[in-house]
Amino acid sequence: MLILENITWSVPDGDSILKGVDLVIPSGGLTVITGPNGGGKTSLAKIVAGLYKPDSGRILLDGEDITNLSITERARKGVGYAFQQPVRFKGITVRDLLELAAGHPLEESELCDILGSVGLCTHDYIDREVSTGLSGGEIKRIEIASVLARSDTKLTIFDEPEAGIDLWSFAGLIEAFQKLKTKNSGSILIISHQERILNIADEIVVIAEGKVRAKGSRDEIMPVLLADEKAAHCPRGKEVY
Amino acid sequence: MNKITEKLLEVISDWKGVFDGAFNIREDGQCVGRQSSPNIRIDPLAGGAGLEIHVSSQAQGETVYIPACVTKSDVNDLVYNDFYIGDGADVVIVAGCGVHNDGEGEARHNGIHRFFVGKGAHVLYKEKHIGMGDGSGARRIDPITDITLEEDAVMEMDTTQISGVDSTVRTTNANLAARAKLIIHERLMTNDQETAKTDFTVNMNGEDAGVDLISRSVAKDRSHQEYRSVIRGNTRCTGHSECDAILVGNGTVSAAPELFAGHIDAALIHEAAIGKIAGEQILKLQTLGLTEEEAEQKIIDGFLKG
Ligand SMILES: Nc1ncnc2c1ncn2[C@@H]1O[C@H](COP(=O)(O)OP(=O)(O)OP(=O)(O)O)[C@@H](O)[C@H]1O
Ligand SMILES: [Mg+2]
Repeated sequence: MLILENITWSVPDGDSILKGVDLVIPSGGLTVITGPNGGGKTSLAKIVAGLYKPDSGRILLDGEDITNLSITERARKGVGYAFQQPVRFKGITVRDLLELAAGHPLEESELCDILGSVGLCTHDYIDREVSTGLSGGEIKRIEIASVLARSDTKLTIFDEPEAGIDLWSFAGLIEAFQKLKTKNSGSILIISHQERILNIADEIVVIAEGKVRAKGSRDEIMPVLLADEKAAHCPRGKEVY
Repeated sequence: MNKITEKLLEVISDWKGVFDGAFNIREDGQCVGRQSSPNIRIDPLAGGAGLEIHVSSQAQGETVYIPACVTKSDVNDLVYNDFYIGDGADVVIVAGCGVHNDGEGEARHNGIHRFFVGKGAHVLYKEKHIGMGDGSGARRIDPITDITLEEDAVMEMDTTQISGVDSTVRTTNANLAARAKLIIHERLMTNDQETAKTDFTVNMNGEDAGVDLISRSVAKDRSHQEYRSVIRGNTRCTGHSECDAILVGNGTVSAAPELFAGHIDAALIHEAAIGKIAGEQILKLQTLGLTEEEAEQKIIDGFLKG
């Protein structure tokens, strides 16, 4: 279980981005965070993974205060984070990256399992460099795979996993998340704008303007979101004329 | 052959006690072992100044080893090796040079290698350089490589220097005839106060010749590297060079790539990037549980391997 208590964060030049976020993400379930662009979702994920330090507030993972731990320490305690913008490496192959993630060499069959769940054929990819030679969708899938390759994570965050993934592969991606949910007893947190991902959520959290705007079960939140969409107001909350 | 040579050979030419096929082992300016094979003839030049190596067209998938080692101070070894590769031959040449210095004087190897590659032949040339020993004397390796590729010849040159060479000047010149292809992969790492200079000049003289020049280097500590390449497209041809350098600590790198297009259909590209390891690369590996130091090491290992 992840507990966030009154998290605030400002960018280095002073703009306040997160304005007091309180959130409980239960274990064993799938929570989807959604909300307008620029609302602070990625910032919050980076704060949980340790890439950003909050100005104030506390982060508790299974009861332990991890607020002051480094990225590495959090990773070793079971925090996994698939970046919204995957990072490219010259010279590091798909196999290298997945083995670093797993923490040990991987058998052909394990690699097959991991890459298969993001819809990639092992043979075509395993020796490719995770560099500019990969397309946007391919590198996004490998980014997701690098987090799926980790063993026993307590909290796994996927930041807009649907971005760049073609429609035909979507069902496979959804299946991968559902499979992860059954085999992993930790919390799964997906940041997404996609209705099909929202549809598999146990809980939905809406973050806007640096705050939790709404939170509840899928059945409670989905109708509100869909109604909002019809109202077609500006995502920043200002009226459109 | 002495113990130091054996150790150097393991590193630079995958020596496991024997070489299969043709070879020549040079130690401190002397030949300590030589063998020709039916398709590869190794003849000494007069006065021990070097070798003439003839690879016949019949050689297909054969390997020839010609490592050179300097194992002590105050040796300044200069060697000329000429390779004549028959039309259509397919051969791997493992060169490599190790310099071990436990003393105070300089230990230097200077190899001048000339390749005359016949029509349609294929050569993979592997050259690995290393410096060892803990003497205060400098370890220097200054290779000169001259390459002439006839029509349809292909040469791949893999050149690696990972550590321990205090100073190196590496000069490579190539002339390409029609449809000849030259592929060079350079991997270089310098530490401490080491300096490394690389100078490539490639002339594409025949139609549809092509060169691909890829250099990846890491400059650590207070080391300094200079990279210079000149690709001349004198006719319809393709040329690509890519120079990537990672800086660690106070390492410095200067890169001066030059392209000359002397024909309307010469298509030449250069890419260069110098800088420290991208912060986000380290962050990504940290989120997988690596420490900052481990992440840096993995990134550098991968970069130099690829
Ligand atoms: N490192 C940073 N430096 C400066 N501004 C930042 C930084 N990180 C985030 N921001 C700003 O904070 C705000 C929230 O960004 P964030 O990436 O968290 O939004 P998001 O909800 O993930 O949006 P999206 O749906 O577009 O991914 C944006 O205005 C962004 O420009
Ligand atoms: Mg985002």
